Amino acid sequence: MATFFGEVLSVCSRAVEEDDEDLLEENEEDEQIRRELEEKREVHLHWSPEVSESLKSGSKLQCSDFILAVGHNASRFLSVHVLTSANWDAVGHASVWNERSRAATGQTSEECVFYRQKDNPSVLICQVTCYVAEDQLFQWTEKVFDCLQHRELNVTVLSDSTVAEYKTADYVSCSSAPFLRSLHSGAFTGQPVCKALEQPNIVTGLSAAVLNHCEVHRIAAVVYQCYSDVIGLDSVTMETYKPALTKLGKSIQLDPSPSTDVLRKFVRNTNIQSNLYI
Amino acid sequence: MFVSAQNSAPCFKDFTLVMPAVAVGNVGQLAVDLMVSTLNMSRVGYMHTDCIIPMAGNNPYATCKEDVEELHTPAEVYTAAELKLAVLQIRAPIIQTKSKKFRQLLVSWIKASGFTRTVVLSSSHAYQRDDQQLQGTPLRYVVTPSLLKGSVDALKELGWRELERVAPFPGLTDANTEPRLYIPGGGITKGLYTDSCAEDLPLAVLLLFCSEGDNIPDAFTLVNHLNDWLHLLDTPSQKPNQWKIPTSWSLLFGSGIPPALF
Repeated sequence: MATFFGEVLSVCSRAVEEDDEDLLEENEEDEQIRRELEEKREVHLHWSPEVSESLKSGSKLQCSDFILAVGHNASRFLSVHVLTSANWDAVGHASVWNERSRAATGQTSEECVFYRQKDNPSVLICQVTCYVAEDQLFQWTEKVFDCLQHRELNVTVLSDSTVAEYKTADYVSCSSAPFLRSLHSGAFTGQPVCKALEQPNIVTGLSAAVLNHCEVHRIAAVVYQCYSDVIGLDSVTMETYKPALTKLGKSIQLDPSPSTDVLRKFVRNTNIQSNLYI
Repeated sequence: MFVSAQNSAPCFKDFTLVMPAVAVGNVGQLAVDLMVSTLNMSRVGYMHTDCIIPMAGNNPYATCKEDVEELHTPAEVYTAAELKLAVLQIRAPIIQTKSKKFRQLLVSWIKASGFTRTVVLSSSHAYQRDDQQLQGTPLRYVVTPSLLKGSVDALKELGWRELERVAPFPGLTDANTEPRLYIPGGGITKGLYTDSCAEDLPLAVLLLFCSEGDNIPDAFTLVNHLNDWLHLLDTPSQKPNQWKIPTSWSLLFGSGIPPALF
């Protein structure tokens, strides 16, 4: 639904759409448009020549840890604390087109990138900052996991959320945010670093799609959902993810205190967006 | 695609399947929640498909601290073997462009699993009723010819009301237009019914006219109505309420309020 000002809102009425009688009677042209749209909305993975070669030959990516960051804070946390050390290679990206993509610009490649460690290629990192539409989530997950070796795979998902979406019987005071909650698949045997997500809270989006896939295919996966009260990039929110990754300490090196220059580089660009006090 | 939660595939032979349609007020889904939590049904598998929007949460039917941390997905199958009952719970909306695919997937799964009958719990917009539908009970049923064959007497005994076919153009009297089945706000209900008729599946739709809001009372009405037929619980009319509300129904109206407000 588009409002008067043109922004697109997801309609949250629980009433469902009318039955699709009209769909049956659609003409050929409608059908073609629908088909083309469907094609355009398809998720595409672009791997580096080296990786796509090995995928073509039938061998999947040998991966013991897959770390997925969904949202700006989670992604920048990885950028600041993990990817700053030079030994990470960008090995691919996913391109996703949907109603929220900026028209015509081919910038999607920067919004969903896969990195692999040079000296320990079994760790794969993915940063997702773009919007993946509801009908693309399943496809994204299927395609990505199709490229990974499933044996001994551990999946860790860091995901941004707002504290407004967190339901609890007690009032959540602002001082308690940001905080982490975890959700893990049945195959996950470790101890999560934070409290479990309480009912009736749920996880949606890419992290839910990944969890569903891992639950059904019996892959060990844990989602750390960070509830923050700050919109946009924020170093305090980013810090919240730290305990989640220290667990993986043996496979990846976490830079505990990145230089302020690095932090500034990532955090500054959010200030520009606000035009409240020009 | 049905994926078993155990190593061996569960057997649904001679089972009755109850499933909700994602419809107005989520009444069917709430009613199924009541069945799973009250009858202590166990999860036997997942319906893993791209037709449903992904979501995940911890155990919605948790009763003690030990079973809280258990991942649940948007569509799952539960059974109560002693009742020969299976339910498919759907917890997320169906992607609109894929509703036809979802119906086909369901119909082929139902056929392959050998359920004796399928009951779809659904709802329809109360405000779109026509004059004849306004009177009396808000509960209706529709059954496929295949189910009707064996259940004529049972349905007669229950004294239920069949969903009235409505005129396609109300107010216009045209001899050529036949009254049609119309379930506004019922999601896949009508499509699933017509598909089942075509495939000769024994399927019944139980639905309730309602509006969006607090639909918990509607869910109790619908599940009690179903119980009159399937006798899942013994005579619930004597005790006011035997159905157990699951923990996931808490905070339906949001979080706690800030204490500083007062």
